[in-house]
Amino acid sequence: MQIAQNEAPSLENRTLHPQSWVSKHADYLYSYALARINDEEQARDMVQETFLAALEKADKFEGRSSERTWLTAILKFKVIDLYRKNASGFAKSTEQGTPEGDQDFFDADDGHWNNQHRPKEFGIEQSDALENKEFQRILQLCMKKLPSLWLSVFTMKHMDDEATETICSELKVSASNFWVIIHRTKVSLRSCLQKNWI
Amino acid sequence: MNELRKIQYNCRKATYLIEKQQIGRITLREKLELKIHLAGCSICKTFQRQSIVINHLVRNLFQSTERADVRLDDEFKRNLQQRINQNLDKN
Repeated sequence: MQIAQNEAPSLENRTLHPQSWVSKHADYLYSYALARINDEEQARDMVQETFLAALEKADKFEGRSSERTWLTAILKFKVIDLYRKNASGFAKSTEQGTPEGDQDFFDADDGHWNNQHRPKEFGIEQSDALENKEFQRILQLCMKKLPSLWLSVFTMKHMDDEATETICSELKVSASNFWVIIHRTKVSLRSCLQKNWI
Repeated sequence: MNELRKIQYNCRKATYLIEKQQIGRITLREKLELKIHLAGCSICKTFQRQSIVINHLVRNLFQSTERADVRLDDEFKRNLQQRINQNLDKN
């Protein structure tokens, strides 16, 4: 496999340059955090903590990855740590903390869709949805409404593609609860999108 | 056959299997059940399509926030770099 010139670790990449961290990486790390925790203030704090933690362990940097990758890994750990804290403050039951009260998507007896949550066409093609800023904005608003444990599970799975076992052990969720959360989160997100988009 | 009948009309279970199938494994039997359900339920088919779109969107969310000019304000950055420099001097 050929490695692109700029991806090969040059000598320059093997040392850290904290003097230019903020100008080079702060906005990137901020976007990374904001996409995962959806709270501007917390995301900002986390960027700051990441840099300060990075300074403390600067001697452990071996230059095997780029400065940015290394900083992102530290941030990622902090994000998961926050997820974990949120999860432990949250009752283990997935029945609690249903967004917007305990709305039921399906009929308790026969499992049919209840009227107000029954999927309708969004009227937007997949390719357009991916480019549509308004659609993305609504999705993010809907994600904000999720209980924090659900958002953590969902983000770790769908944004970061973490292994299911990792998510369950990090967030102390049983395997069956994991699937219940994944299911309810999607049904709830989809319903929220439909309500606010159409 | 009773079990199959049940899922044939059960959208809760069908959507659960749709989600599970996208990121994990479902059994052959579950696959069959889901297939039968989807053959007769256009609503869950719509759900399935939209669910896939949502997964794509979420996966791209970070790239799109990065592109969407999400920026920290300059004052915060100045202070942050100062703090880093101070810590550097200490060592």
